[in-house]
Amino acid sequence: MPHHPRIALALLALGAVFLAVFPLWGDTFYIRFIARIMIFALFAMSLDLLVGYAGLVSLGHAAFFGLAVYVVAGLVNKAGVTSAFVLLPAALGAAAIAAAAIGWISIRTTGVYFIMITLALAQMVYYFFHDQKEWGGTDGMNIDSKPTVMLGDLKLFDFYDRVQFYYLALGCLVAAFVLLTVILRSPFGHTLVGIRANEGRMRALGYDVQRYKLIAFVIAGTLAGLAGFLEAARATFATPAHLGWHESGHVLMIVILGGMGTLFGPILGAFVMLLMEDYFATLTERWLLIMGVFVILVVMLLPDGIAGVLRRVGRLGRRGAGDG
Amino acid sequence: MAEPAARETVLETRKLGRLFGGLAAVQDVSLTVERGRVHAIVGPNGAGKTTLINLLSGDLKPSAGTVGYEGRDITGWPAHRVARLGIGRSYQKTNIFRDFTAFENCRLAAQARLPRLSLLRPAAGHRDVTEQAAHALELCGLAERRDTRAASMSYGEQRQLELAMMLATGPQLLLLDEPLAGMGPEESARVLDLLRRLAAGHTMVMIEHDMDAVFSIADEITVMVNGSVLASGTPAEIRANKAVQDAYLGEEAPE
Repeated sequence: MPHHPRIALALLALGAVFLAVFPLWGDTFYIRFIARIMIFALFAMSLDLLVGYAGLVSLGHAAFFGLAVYVVAGLVNKAGVTSAFVLLPAALGAAAIAAAAIGWISIRTTGVYFIMITLALAQMVYYFFHDQKEWGGTDGMNIDSKPTVMLGDLKLFDFYDRVQFYYLALGCLVAAFVLLTVILRSPFGHTLVGIRANEGRMRALGYDVQRYKLIAFVIAGTLAGLAGFLEAARATFATPAHLGWHESGHVLMIVILGGMGTLFGPILGAFVMLLMEDYFATLTERWLLIMGVFVILVVMLLPDGIAGVLRRVGRLGRRGAGDG
Repeated sequence: MAEPAARETVLETRKLGRLFGGLAAVQDVSLTVERGRVHAIVGPNGAGKTTLINLLSGDLKPSAGTVGYEGRDITGWPAHRVARLGIGRSYQKTNIFRDFTAFENCRLAAQARLPRLSLLRPAAGHRDVTEQAAHALELCGLAERRDTRAASMSYGEQRQLELAMMLATGPQLLLLDEPLAGMGPEESARVLDLLRRLAAGHTMVMIEHDMDAVFSIADEITVMVNGSVLASGTPAEIRANKAVQDAYLGEEAPE
């Protein structure tokens, strides 16, 4: 049950304020870059619902993210649809349906088998798009236009405006955070945590464990689809890499780095991971090697991720204040 | 505790069996449990008692035979559907959520009976659920331990919490797997007293090794040996049964 420690809440509020005012002075490069980070934070947070709360370690989460990217690409390029009022529901709907199908099969297994089957099913989606020649195959394809938001002749929102897009990404991230926090505080959320702790006992109490897992899987997949929609609008490019297990592993690493089962951890994880990747890439061409060492060190030294460090600092603070 | 005028069967098994590989853990068990009665199942270790409970609760699927509850065939139903019929169970090995407080354990149990999925209202806002959880804690004498983490409770308290969780789901039939196991005499007496109070409003199937407890609380006793029923009857009948004495009770049978 998300028990956001006070220090995390304070940091989060501070961070939100910073993000809200950043475009007022921040330079263009970073406005675009942070928008990208926020999309990944949303993506990672959706995975945290599965990994950190329901105890479902999925190694195929990019399937829903990438599928949403391809749905946008397909509708724009092949059908000439650019209205966000169509693209967004289509992207979310496709992600939700795919999550329901993949989830329905996957939740029959647990542990390592769950990891393997989510990986295998997601790779099927990957190869499907990988092999579509007229969708660009391995190379992927440019998306001809960003989504449009028109009311008659009035342009309500401009996806080409990087500051507007930045605030859209921020808004989606905050909304997803609030939604997941509400869900996790509900009986449904408590049930997920109970399932992770002791599945057999939950059954004996009368919980249809599979149903809860499937619903969690669909919620997470749909939110990953939202991240995918934003990514398509940001990058105007669809490639099989969006769907592949590299991407699934990447987002899983963000969740682990930030701290599983915290919701805010994946946000921090996304910022740290992507900023470090960016920094190391300026140092050397072999930056992935440095990233690898970094991730190994984090896992070894900080088993609960960045969120775990914050929690410990918070506890120390409270003890220092004498009311712990 | 007035006897009901007409005896009514609540739970009935016919020729129930379960194989593990080639081993028949439970074989040809036909039981009839009547409403409001306490039905004890006794027998040496390995007699198949826990397997039988698992077959009744849906934790295991039978290889043969049927289970009926309230006139309905529930053979092979999954555990969660069985539980929602009002059949609660407790475990021999304490099976609680160690990282949750006593109250959270019971709330999780109580909310299993919410008729619909609840995704948006906070769990703490479901008044009926929290009241039911608090009531179960109080019944089991854990009201003061409400906010204690389950892992840091004493063994006896954890056993009581195990019962409280079961009760929080509001069951009519209780399947109890050694509720007194591993308890000191004082705790044991307290839990036995609780079981007596529960017996007034529930039907109970109880595995127990403590023969004094069994003979003091049971209306009906079934003796199992090697997966099969050796004898079934009232405590007086079981005490007088020669086969039972030879096979199991020995000198343990109270005078």
